[in-house]
Amino acid sequence: MSSVTEKKDDVIILFAGDSGDGMQLTGSLFTNTSAQFGNDISTFPNFPAEIRAPQGTVAGVSGFKLRFASIDIFTPGDEVEVMVAMNAAALKANLDQLKVGGTIIANTDGFDKKNLRLAKYDEEANPLLDESLDKFRVIEMDVTKITRQTLVDSGLGTKDIDRCKNMYVLGFLYWMYNRSLANTEEFIKEKFAKKPEIRDANLKVLKAGYYFGDTNETFTTRYEVKSANLPSGEYRSIMGNQGTALGLIVAAQKAGLNLFYGSYPITPASDILHELARHKEFGVKTFQAEDEIAAICASIGASYGGTLGVTASSGPGIALKGEAIGLAVMLELPLLIINVQRGGPSTGLPTKTEQSDLLQAMHGRNGEAPLVVIAPCSPSDCFETAIEAARISLEHMVPVMYLSDGFIANGSEPWRFPSAADIKPIHPRFANAEKELENGVYYPYRRDENLVRSWATPGMKDLQHRVGGLEKDFETGNVSYDPENHERMVRIRKEKVEKIAEHIPEQAIGQGEEKGELLILGWGSTYGAIRTAVRELITEGHAVSHAQVRYLSPFPKNLGELLQRFDQVLIPEINDGQLIQLINARYDKRALPLNKIKGMPFTSREIKEKAKELLAK
Amino acid sequence: MSTTDTQQLTAKDLATDQDVRWCPGCGDYSILKQMQSTLAEAGIKKEDTVFVSGIGCSSRFPYYMDTYGMHSIHGRATAIASGLKATRPELSVWVITGDGDALSIGGNHLIHALRRNFDVNILLFNNEIYGLTKGQYSPTSPKGQVTKSTPMGSLDHPFNPLALAMGAEATFIARSMDRDPKHMRAILQAADAHKGTSLIEIYQNCNVFNDGAFEVFTDKSTKPKHTIFLEEGEPLTFGDEREFGIRMNGMKPEVVQLKDFSKEDLWIHDSKDMGKALILTRMFDDPRKENALPRPFGVFYREERYLYEDAMQGQIDRAKEIKGEGDLDQLIRGGHTWKVA
Repeated sequence: MSSVTEKKDDVIILFAGDSGDGMQLTGSLFTNTSAQFGNDISTFPNFPAEIRAPQGTVAGVSGFKLRFASIDIFTPGDEVEVMVAMNAAALKANLDQLKVGGTIIANTDGFDKKNLRLAKYDEEANPLLDESLDKFRVIEMDVTKITRQTLVDSGLGTKDIDRCKNMYVLGFLYWMYNRSLANTEEFIKEKFAKKPEIRDANLKVLKAGYYFGDTNETFTTRYEVKSANLPSGEYRSIMGNQGTALGLIVAAQKAGLNLFYGSYPITPASDILHELARHKEFGVKTFQAEDEIAAICASIGASYGGTLGVTASSGPGIALKGEAIGLAVMLELPLLIINVQRGGPSTGLPTKTEQSDLLQAMHGRNGEAPLVVIAPCSPSDCFETAIEAARISLEHMVPVMYLSDGFIANGSEPWRFPSAADIKPIHPRFANAEKELENGVYYPYRRDENLVRSWATPGMKDLQHRVGGLEKDFETGNVSYDPENHERMVRIRKEKVEKIAEHIPEQAIGQGEEKGELLILGWGSTYGAIRTAVRELITEGHAVSHAQVRYLSPFPKNLGELLQRFDQVLIPEINDGQLIQLINARYDKRALPLNKIKGMPFTSREIKEKAKELLAK
Repeated sequence: MSTTDTQQLTAKDLATDQDVRWCPGCGDYSILKQMQSTLAEAGIKKEDTVFVSGIGCSSRFPYYMDTYGMHSIHGRATAIASGLKATRPELSVWVITGDGDALSIGGNHLIHALRRNFDVNILLFNNEIYGLTKGQYSPTSPKGQVTKSTPMGSLDHPFNPLALAMGAEATFIARSMDRDPKHMRAILQAADAHKGTSLIEIYQNCNVFNDGAFEVFTDKSTKPKHTIFLEEGEPLTFGDEREFGIRMNGMKPEVVQLKDFSKEDLWIHDSKDMGKALILTRMFDDPRKENALPRPFGVFYREERYLYEDAMQGQIDRAKEIKGEGDLDQLIRGGHTWKVA
């Protein structure tokens, strides 16, 4: 039969189902196909903290939001255009995200009495039957039944057959958006190479879904989203945690060091450990320690030995590491501490995103314990920022806190990856006995013009020395309780961090004019939402600019001056206002807050509305 | 331990210019001296040796050794040493810790270090008291001990450190005492020779806050009756005239008089026998108790097991064998890429 093809620039699909329905995989497969097709993409997986949350309930819904476009995009978008609802709970949990006139692809089998009851719909109410979905277009499919029929001769049991359901939906969507099945077919063949029956079943159901669209007369419109006008080059898809892991490996190699990664499993940081553990051919040593404290201490031991020591966690784990971070500050050793932030306090919202550990990073230690804080702003930026974090740590002998978050850690985007040769080498500050020995004595706490001490590691002859957590003499490094010396050392450690501002780029305006009515200042994962909002505001003729701060401690040296060039400064944060405290305390500028603390990223609309409100004043 | 082919060090060469700041009469002095002598004798390279300590009186130790050293934070020395040894397997790494540091705040790291079996030597200075904080009871203080924090006596059932180490499946466990330098030196040498994590518990007298805690084991007049010095392949005998021995009665050790039994009837020490070692660690009676079994000293147990650092490196070698030396460009590209014109 014939169907019309309608062109679209920008589509947002949400795959939602039970946490066992395979929605994350379905979403990832559609993502890969779209990325390879050449669309710009942005994804947002959103899943429950429980591995098998109660089936059929709203709490157990797992979602994967995918935006693919022929235009430049920076976020997974605000309103969903097509929602796949594998059951009633999935519909209920996500309906508020669906735009008016949007499409619901509903698996009718997931709307039976039991599912409706589990999703807590009123007695006798079935949204597929009443008028509650009139604002939307509903496509009903009995996915379970069709999948079972398709595989009736497969010889597989019902459980295995039902696991193929998601492929039916995926096949249908590929039809709807004019996509080739090839990429997904290749994936299935590879994944189930050793299970031919399962492989064939998945392939068959995928095609069945595709043909359903092709042959069913109710579907007359297909959509086409052309490839995006991305800068030319070679691309891959990258997730934030993956980008961080790759960045660490590259940084170690660029510094001529081995990489040691000590960590304890925690959501949402564990994927960095998983990724690194796969790359032992680079000499990467991953160590799953007995707890968070051991993880950082082992990394400090590795750093002391001349290796790039890295530890990672999320907020609660970082809290446990606090004392050891202070030790690293005192020892003045290189160390990377990665915090993939999640909702807090305490256990908080393990699988949801938040930016609420900035003040913990800045101040979460006893004593005056300054360190460097740096934050990536997108999945691909994780790669570059991880290298930058390692560079600062190794060249300035200072612990660096790297603040990612659940949103960028699990999100993905196309990445025009660099060639290894284009990444600058890193120069660790290794000690040199010939230059540094004075009458046969090594002074481990002598400093260069940047106040950086040298890194004498065990095995270096004649440089034996003792370090520790006690205050040390500013020159000999011996234990010192001298009052003057303590004050001097506290100031030196602070000044050393401040001097790093001389070695980082100045803060740039990413978008908009160098001065104007309103500057939106962000940090970390709010980048995409702010960028999208500012682009729209500029198109609408507003004098708005955007700057995203990567270096949070020390701040870029021109930041204060930059803020002065704008009438107003708005700081959107996924917390109750943390960067704004630092900015307002430090600079003679009263910035205004925009806060969201719902475990969810900003939509660009939220930022745009706030900006317009300020501009109207 | 790495040896040098140039000149022989003396104990003095291993001392630093720092004043030793333990209280006069502290048992730590003796341990420091034996350590310096042992390492000098073994002909180590100072630069290849590292001492890592936690917090407590004993943890000042690294400041007094002219090797590399780190006086770290409370309880974490074992974890720091693990990371160091994992990345620098060729170094000789020693952990200095105490009963509070290793068994209370650092208990978790200790048991995991023992099971992983890095080639690290752990010296646990046990004085059954918190000295640095001026006299609170420790996890090894006997129940009922009156201290500043337990004016009516401690309620805690104490740890038996070596039984704990056996439970964690340590590959080398031994006990020595500050007052027997010769024995201590022999044990330090044995620990150093062992490939794997060695745990040495050293009874160390805190003459300020817990003076005489081990006197019954260390004083000349009572030592023979209350201690057994384990020697490989030798029967367990003790007493002023070595007139007593230990015999196994089923699974139970019992004291017998040598006039009634021949040495062949006695328990012969075999440090490779895990069952016997378990029983030895349980010979932990309060010496004040009537018919208390004597307290063993020496190497209780040793076992050959793979080293964590070797296995870790082995996986790297294997990965390189399968995949070849890592290629950064290939890593950055990943599996699937596409081109935009």
